[in-house]
Amino acid sequence: MSKLRLEKAPAPAWVRPIIPLLAILVTFIITLVFIVWVKANPLHTYYYFLIAPFTSTVTLIELLVKATPLFLTGAAVAFAFRAGYYNIGAEGQLTAGAIIGAWLGVALEGSSAWVALPAMIVGGFLGGVAWALIPALLRVKLKVDEVVTTLLMNSVIVFLVSYLLNGPWRDPISMWPQSPDIAESAKFITLLPRSRLHFGFILGIITILVIWFIISRTAFGLKMRAAGSSAEAARFAGVDVEKTILFTALASGGIAGLAGVGEVAGIHFHLIQGLSSNLGYTGIIVATLGSLNPFGVGIAALFIGLIDTGSLTVSRALGVPVYLGQVVQAALLLVTLGMFLLANYRLKREG
Amino acid sequence: MIAATLRVATPLIFGTLGEVFSERAGILNLGIEGTMLIGAFVGFATAYSTGSLWLGVAAACLVGIIAGLLMAVMTVYLGVNQHVSGLGITLFCTGLAYYAFRVIFGTPANPPQIQPFGQVEILSGITVLGPMLRQYPLTYYAIVLVPLVWWVLYRTNFGLKIRAVGENPEAADAAGINVYRIRAYALMIAGGFMGIGGAFLTLSTLGFFTFDIIAGRGWVCIALVIFANWNPVRVLWGSFIFGGVSALQLRLQLTGIKLPYELFLALPYLVTIIALTIANRNAAYPAALLKPYRRE
Repeated sequence: MSKLRLEKAPAPAWVRPIIPLLAILVTFIITLVFIVWVKANPLHTYYYFLIAPFTSTVTLIELLVKATPLFLTGAAVAFAFRAGYYNIGAEGQLTAGAIIGAWLGVALEGSSAWVALPAMIVGGFLGGVAWALIPALLRVKLKVDEVVTTLLMNSVIVFLVSYLLNGPWRDPISMWPQSPDIAESAKFITLLPRSRLHFGFILGIITILVIWFIISRTAFGLKMRAAGSSAEAARFAGVDVEKTILFTALASGGIAGLAGVGEVAGIHFHLIQGLSSNLGYTGIIVATLGSLNPFGVGIAALFIGLIDTGSLTVSRALGVPVYLGQVVQAALLLVTLGMFLLANYRLKREG
Repeated sequence: MIAATLRVATPLIFGTLGEVFSERAGILNLGIEGTMLIGAFVGFATAYSTGSLWLGVAAACLVGIIAGLLMAVMTVYLGVNQHVSGLGITLFCTGLAYYAFRVIFGTPANPPQIQPFGQVEILSGITVLGPMLRQYPLTYYAIVLVPLVWWVLYRTNFGLKIRAVGENPEAADAAGINVYRIRAYALMIAGGFMGIGGAFLTLSTLGFFTFDIIAGRGWVCIALVIFANWNPVRVLWGSFIFGGVSALQLRLQLTGIKLPYELFLALPYLVTIIALTIANRNAAYPAALLKPYRRE
């Protein structure tokens, strides 16, 4: 009996960049099922999904707004994964940054924007670092697997937020559990009048450039890539693998924290329950789709922003439930993962 | 108290036993949270449209098996990174459940309801055990499942194969075991359990479906597996302890004592992180956990 099996056979170099495109194509073929289910016209659906958002300024800006936190969570995840540190905790680290942002934003009442803004950014970064610290230390000092610990830390912070919002930080004016609004000077400036596009967008782009520089142009980047591809070999070559991973893990947490500050200072202006709404997990999709490459992450974040915006357009125009966007994103993640693997292997008949 | 403890523990027992199967075969299945959610939804939708609760349970089990199969395609046959695949499955199942809910039920002002399972009394003569023995049928099944899973894992040929592919897939392969197939079976069984665990919430305790119905219970199960050292019997105790703490917390809230109950809710996660740290050196991790297997 002949069987199929995978054999290692890397695809030619030109194939790699087109894999995400192929994955997008395959994903949209798979998601046809869900569109046909609601008896919507697939062509119309894909038009509203992928093209309509570009036809109006409002939706185009909204796309950039949606992409803003994803630049940062995607960058955070990609940075850590490159060093072989599987940080699943961007969700929690983002929330930690948001908590610090909501606290500083109120505490900085009366100070000028020149003081408040840098303080918010540094504070948010440090919040993310703090939430990443325990799993990172456990990994490098005691070899405790970071996947489970970072994942559990995501759950822990949900309860911390709930405690803060129902207890000490509860805004007495609001009927919802939310913290008081932050000071005007602590709010991120809007880049375009009457839009929600805020300074966080620029912060995201700068971050992507910085991590690109670190990864591909510095000695540290070389060390972290070495640690990521083979910790043993890196150690043999004299790299302090533990220190490298610790630094990368903390920086990753800090970048995710920046996304949290952006959401507080640019969008919500206070802390709410469920502020992140999966932005950290979506960062994993973004990083995977961008094949852990900083510029790839940037493009992937814009694409996921497009799907987020497009799913709203589809929902308004055709009544297709907005959750189609979430289905498409997750399917895209799975298909991309599979296709990157298939690019390195080839199906062989055996027996 | 005891009744509440068992009620909280039931979905955790199903979910954690499922995760034990999966991890024993060498696969960390982070798809659990989404699999439980889609089980909760499909179980509810089936019961709603057919009027049969048991058909709902069967459908939840089936959709869980399909989710497990998808996980198997990703992590066993393709050998893709287990964490990212698992999260992908969770995100996919979650999106799909939300989407399907909107397609089928629209945006109702009041959530559609079903008449959930009633509590069943067994051995009603024994008054001391009265409250303990008035439970939902699925709770009894969960408790019966614990020794059954132990028996399958430790006393059957199939269980031996599962443990073998999770510990040393190369040796298992050399001994003529089809590593891929056994891992896929384990993931499908795991998915079935997770689906039923999710459906317990819609079909037994609530009678309706909400978007945040699972609320991290899947992640609790991931923690409980480690806490239980991959042992089905200890899963039962772990779930009871968690259920007990939750029930106590609810009771304390009702009495009006001002306590940051969030601390209690966060406790199982924190305890697991501490347990992981202390026990890391002698934790009985399945040796091949997270390692995709590929015949050379």
